[in-house]
Amino acid sequence: MAEIVSLQSAIRAHLHDGDTVAMEGFTHLIPFAAGHEVIRQGRKDLTLIRMTPDVIYDQLIGAGCAKKLIFSWGGNPGVGSLHRLRDAVEKDWPQPLEIQEHGHGDLSNAYVAGAANLPFAVLRAYAGSELPKHNKNIRFIQCPFTGETLAAVPAIRPDVTVIHAQKADRKGNVLLWGILGVQKEAVLAAKRAIVTVEEIVAELNAPPNACVLPSWTLAAVCHVPGGARPSYAHGYYDRDNRFYQAWDEISRDRETFLIWIKKHILDTADFAAFQKVLAETGKEQLV
Amino acid sequence: MSAANYSTSEMMTIAASRLLKNGAVCFVGIGLPSTAANLARLTHAPDIVLIYESGPIGARPDVLPLSIGDGDLAERADTVVSTPEIFRYWLQGGRVDVGFLGAAQIDRFANINTTVIGDYKKPATRLPGAGGAPEIASCAKEVVLVLQQTARAFVKKLDFLTSVGHLDGGDARKKLGLPGKGPVAVVTDLCVMKPADVTRELTVTQLHPGVTREQVQKATGWELRFAKNVEESVPPTDEELKVLRDLLHRTAVAHGQAPAA
Repeated sequence: MAEIVSLQSAIRAHLHDGDTVAMEGFTHLIPFAAGHEVIRQGRKDLTLIRMTPDVIYDQLIGAGCAKKLIFSWGGNPGVGSLHRLRDAVEKDWPQPLEIQEHGHGDLSNAYVAGAANLPFAVLRAYAGSELPKHNKNIRFIQCPFTGETLAAVPAIRPDVTVIHAQKADRKGNVLLWGILGVQKEAVLAAKRAIVTVEEIVAELNAPPNACVLPSWTLAAVCHVPGGARPSYAHGYYDRDNRFYQAWDEISRDRETFLIWIKKHILDTADFAAFQKVLAETGKEQLV
Repeated sequence: MSAANYSTSEMMTIAASRLLKNGAVCFVGIGLPSTAANLARLTHAPDIVLIYESGPIGARPDVLPLSIGDGDLAERADTVVSTPEIFRYWLQGGRVDVGFLGAAQIDRFANINTTVIGDYKKPATRLPGAGGAPEIASCAKEVVLVLQQTARAFVKKLDFLTSVGHLDGGDARKKLGLPGKGPVAVVTDLCVMKPADVTRELTVTQLHPGVTREQVQKATGWELRFAKNVEESVPPTDEELKVLRDLLHRTAVAHGQAPAA
């Protein structure tokens, strides 16, 4: 059964130095509040997995929390580069970052294999691509029935998966909807899962076939309204596109980035305090 | 070039949109491909089915998405499925007619690079990476590529081959057992290229109005082939321009990049 606890205690109890961590959410429901708390608690040597590292991992990488990144598309969606990711890969700052890269179909299949407790995923891709030359975790096998050559990638089994969702009930059952990405698979593939939610309600009133993660599949549920900002929560708030654009300037320069992280994350007590500081700074002076 | 009432970028988007047939199932990348695909939907191809890799199937966004997973895509789709399902059942399952992609680098056989400029281990520029492109390039029945034509992008040799076009030409794709036909057209701000029948090398089949062969050659890193009969692209119609400009304006307003009119 999931415990309903503060985000601070959930990260302290379940996410440790050196863990393999997946914080998923395909543009939608990105667990930013949890990412910030990991930075605040100074976690080190994490292996981070995410299909689209997005601004959330750019922050973790720049803050020195990561030693390795497993991903399939590392840009700032609609804006351009993730500068902290690039600085780590191109210039080893703030420390070298080992990367293991895949394609979306491949990585999403690897989560499915993890959730299904299979050793690997199989797909029809990569014939002719140079990615397998640089990633020994993309290999080829022959179908035992037809002889066709197919790509194989090892299952993903994170120590911890963190996602954000719209609702939980008081027992810790979680409901999410909209663009679901690989959140369900990432939770079921993980040893432990933490979910932050917009609200805790008496009844989920979920229709049959809705995406519900039962309380007993989760380690912790945390009530963090706005916890996916600046990404969005369908039915609650829109994506803050201006923040994504502002991030380009905040993150371009190491000094500006460090000042921003200190003021907004390290020097704030929690995500509510962060949002207050962000609002006070004013969007015009985000940078 | 004479004083046209449209830009080269508008010509590119419109030429790309015309290649999409009404009713086609189209797997759309973000940026230029998404603009051209939605323009097709709003002009000659109202029944086109747009699929985005974040999960929306039959998307009809009112404004262009800034990210591949904008809420508007989900709100106005026939259905929204998970990312594994999009790739497993819909793309790999063989239900996609056209994969519509961009690229950072492209070679004469329409192989594409979206990974690095320079050496992989110590890149001069780290690009975002593969996304869904390797699987789309393998599995879509056909692929259309759209990108600005410059000598930096149209290179003799890719720094990295992320997603396959026609490999080293001829029947190389078939030999590798790739299910899709691969790229059938490359649309740029200068011209349209198609793979030659046997060699599969990109050949200019269409020049946009006012563009010269020399201009296209200058923006290409290899010695370019031209078809026997190179046609001139039909200039954008008033209707195409109006719909495209309205769409881009609505989008800029919605994303806070332009004041409402």
